[in-house]
Amino acid sequence: MYGSLDAHDLKRLGARKRKQGVMFLLFRVAALVNGIALAFICGFLLIKGIPALSWEFLSEMPRDSMTAGGIWPAIAGTAILALGALIVAFPLGVASAVYLSEYAKPGRVTRFIRLGIANLAGVPSVVFGLFGLAFFVTFFGWGVSILSGVCTLAVLTLPIIIGTAEEALKNVPDTYRQASYGLGATKWQTIRRVVLPAALPGMLTGSILGLSRAAGETAAIMFTAAVFFRPTLPSSIFDSVMALPYHIYVLATAGTEIDKTRPLQYGSALVLIAMVFSLNLFATWLRARLQRKNQ
Amino acid sequence: MFLRSGQRAREQMIRLFFFVAAATSIITLSLIMLYLLLEGLPLFKTVSVLDFILGNDWYPTYDPPSFGIFPLLVASFAVTVLSSLIAVPLGVMSAVYLAEIASPRVRGIFKPLIELLAALPSVVIGFFGLVVVAPFLQDTFDMPTGLNLFTASLMLAFMSVPTICTISEDAVYSVPKDLKSASLALGATRWETMWRVTLPASLSGISTAVILGMSRSIGETMVTLMVAGGAAMLPLSLFDPVRPMPASIAAEMAETPFRSEHYFALFAIGIALFLFTLMFNLLADHIAHKHRQTGAATL
Repeated sequence: MYGSLDAHDLKRLGARKRKQGVMFLLFRVAALVNGIALAFICGFLLIKGIPALSWEFLSEMPRDSMTAGGIWPAIAGTAILALGALIVAFPLGVASAVYLSEYAKPGRVTRFIRLGIANLAGVPSVVFGLFGLAFFVTFFGWGVSILSGVCTLAVLTLPIIIGTAEEALKNVPDTYRQASYGLGATKWQTIRRVVLPAALPGMLTGSILGLSRAAGETAAIMFTAAVFFRPTLPSSIFDSVMALPYHIYVLATAGTEIDKTRPLQYGSALVLIAMVFSLNLFATWLRARLQRKNQ
Repeated sequence: MFLRSGQRAREQMIRLFFFVAAATSIITLSLIMLYLLLEGLPLFKTVSVLDFILGNDWYPTYDPPSFGIFPLLVASFAVTVLSSLIAVPLGVMSAVYLAEIASPRVRGIFKPLIELLAALPSVVIGFFGLVVVAPFLQDTFDMPTGLNLFTASLMLAFMSVPTICTISEDAVYSVPKDLKSASLALGATRWETMWRVTLPASLSGISTAVILGMSRSIGETMVTLMVAGGAAMLPLSLFDPVRPMPASIAAEMAETPFRSEHYFALFAIGIALFLFTLMFNLLADHIAHKHRQTGAATL
């Protein structure tokens, strides 16, 4: 095979192969840097955060103007805000995805709607915060409240829900739809009885990712829902609420006791990552399971 | 299909319902624009647009106040460009590694890992920058403060790497196999094939990824708020503290009297921020659609 190659050619081939080796090594290192960064951040917070964790830390109210006690109200607040956002955004996002996947014909209107969704996804979270302040807090007069925060977060997670729901609908084989039409079902009957049930698990996976995004969001709830401290848990959707990300931010940057509360900050950060990561890992696992089932 | 007229009307109503749901995103986007304008434009009754954009002094609480956002604009662009210089090579190279070099097993580990990096809440990255990276850089390089342009860019880079990486990976992965096989058959090494065939073919997807990554950096709030240092002045060196636009909004909104000039000014910054990200996103969309690649035939 190498019959026509002389020594010079072979030498050049060697140099080309070496170049490939060097370049591939560079690319490997680049990928590795990401992994190391993630491991470093998580490892550091784990080591610093674990000593702060205890049952009391997770389940008690803060004491002594936030320098001691637990973070239960912040954990509960984050859960309420994220779940609330999902309850608002999920039906809307799924309906939106059903239109795009089942009804929309390619054309100007569809392209316009898609452009709107893509741009909504790109709006910075602090701008969502401003919008929430002007629209939900002020115009609707809901004040700094759970309701305002939930609506702001719902708008923010909507593009994620639409994207993953549409993906799930696309993964439903067309033969399902044809079989249903063949039995005389209308379009709506087909969507309701055949397409939606088949796509539901995939949609739920996507909604978990939306939940995780909402739970970690700070800038969007700063002016709309979160307060640094409240003595009791909120009792209605018009109450303000403590939230874990905002709690971390304020403890770490404001106040006179920044160094004294360091352990609390590490603990809170660790709890937040644990919440977000377990949601994401759960979604990844669910997706892998679904893919295996589909094959 | 033979539908009774009642049933037909019902089907039409349902279609309309889904259409309205799909239009919510557009409606929300318009509402965001509307309310930013409603709360931001009143500033320009007292401050000229030119003074606002090119004014060098951001002293919103002085008497008389001064609302020049030029230092904030420069800060935002500086952190965005600098973080892209770090994140683009890192993100694109990781993407190429995942799509082209890694074995399926390694890919199966690394891809979820990068998605997990994307899921890290920005406040946690900011916190990490504040308590670990900034003190480390300050001590190691003997800086007056560790909270500066460079540290902020570094932390922002880690936020935008996952965005850049996942989108470019899709682009690189979807380059048709025929093209690569043709190149390999002509005697090119895998590296030559990657550099001369695969990468040029996926360039539009990679550009989209880079623009979206930059858009994410310019709008990111918590990281710039916590580690950029917060000084509203023009940076003279890489290690000067700065105050990018989102940080200014987040830091000052809480202490601003409702519908004061300062409040309007913060919404006006919001308008600027919105327009920049809109521009980035439209550009990304334009590139993605214009150069959409469906197969070898379109090259």
